[in-house]
Amino acid sequence: MKFTEEHEWLRPEDDGVVVGITEHATTQLGDIVFVELPEVGATVTKDEEIVVIESVKAASDIMAPIDGVIVEVNEALADNPALANEDPLGNGWFFKIEASDASQMDEYMTEAAYLKLIA
Amino acid sequence: MSDLLQTPLYDMHVELGAKMVPFAGYSMPVQYPMGVMQEHLHTRAKAGLFDVSHMGQVIVKGADYAAAAAALETLIPVSILGLGENRQRYGFFTNDKGGIKDDLMLANRGDHVFVVVNAACKVSDIEHMKSLSGVEVTEVTDRALLALQGPASESVLAAMDPKAADMKFMDVADLTLNGSTCWVSRSGYTGEDGYEISVPAGEAVALAQALLAHDDVEPIGLGARDSLRLEAGLCLYGQDMDDGLNPVEASLSWAIQKVRRTGGERAGGFPGADVILPALENGVGRHRVGLKPDGRAPMRQAVPLFENEEGGRQIGFITSGAFGPSVGAPVAIGIVADSLHEPGTKLYGELRGKRLPVTVTALPFIPANFKR
Repeated sequence: MKFTEEHEWLRPEDDGVVVGITEHATTQLGDIVFVELPEVGATVTKDEEIVVIESVKAASDIMAPIDGVIVEVNEALADNPALANEDPLGNGWFFKIEASDASQMDEYMTEAAYLKLIA
Repeated sequence: MSDLLQTPLYDMHVELGAKMVPFAGYSMPVQYPMGVMQEHLHTRAKAGLFDVSHMGQVIVKGADYAAAAAALETLIPVSILGLGENRQRYGFFTNDKGGIKDDLMLANRGDHVFVVVNAACKVSDIEHMKSLSGVEVTEVTDRALLALQGPASESVLAAMDPKAADMKFMDVADLTLNGSTCWVSRSGYTGEDGYEISVPAGEAVALAQALLAHDDVEPIGLGARDSLRLEAGLCLYGQDMDDGLNPVEASLSWAIQKVRRTGGERAGGFPGADVILPALENGVGRHRVGLKPDGRAPMRQAVPLFENEEGGRQIGFITSGAFGPSVGAPVAIGIVADSLHEPGTKLYGELRGKRLPVTVTALPFIPANFKR
């Protein structure tokens, strides 16, 4: 599992990389009340804003951490955005992306490095 | 951060784990560990304690109450002379163009008018009142201001002083709470029953702790204060109304009593009367309204509003918007052009380049729960 400075996590699976945000991020955002996800099949570019999160405080954007094609999104978040607060590393995932250049993962942090960043 | 002012409760907020943010020159709690959503819901279910000590508390004294009230009526278009002893009323200062300079609460305290104004405007408000001749204007700087809001407020406060239960909405009384002499009004900014409590600064922490010791009472930050007032349809000065919007446009005509309107005994005589009095008679071209986005995405301040899904001119904008925890959906307040302000009217808010449907909705979004 890899982590970005934008507080996203990336978990490689057989058919793509699952992306979500960390518990640290959800704590900072507060109660999440709305999540707008990208379309399945969309081709996205690294650093493109592809998810909108609205918390009780403000709106924020999540960027695509790598280039690729969105192969799945977490539909459950549309009905229950609080999942992102309750289980950020599990049921609160956002989307799965098929990487076009898997080496882009390399620049991201290990869990240990990320924990040091937010400490 | 170091030039921020602190209220007498600052250390208590920090000890309670509040997230402190700058607000109107003060370091204020925006939320406690419970979080905005739960704080909001707790206030509607039981009772929440708010620190509103940043607001301005002002005593206006004349030869007698009537003299002070008459002087203030030259700045404020509401009936202050007609206010019964120990009764409170909502009002606002107007400017020469008919816009609103600030909104406030006014209480008849027998020999003086007690005024509570917004933190961000208090310096200019006090200066404004000091321009009046024949009255003495004194800012009360040795008292904190607390608000206890929610359906359990009465039982919590009456356990300290039974007189709290005898008060009705907008009544004012001196109560002895936890040994402190407090100036208390039955009012608030949440749409719930509750009290606003002016307490000597040195005794404020002890009173706050005594209130928080009650199982039903939790500390509530500015975040939930904003979502509670928004669901209650209450204006926030600087967002939902300002110096460019007159009281009729701000849908606050109800606050201007007949006696101050054309044909009334004390008609006019306040700044901007030449704009506001005709507006009350003839109507205005835009109105403050409630708006409910049809979808789940909140529409916040400055989102532009359109009549049609595509094309056409902008016909208004959102002034306050958020997710309403008790409504369970996003809610907003906005300004829309005349003929588009009737409840049920379908409009579109442009969010991230997409026009999404919103419906004009009667305010408040949740029924008020006052003790009349």
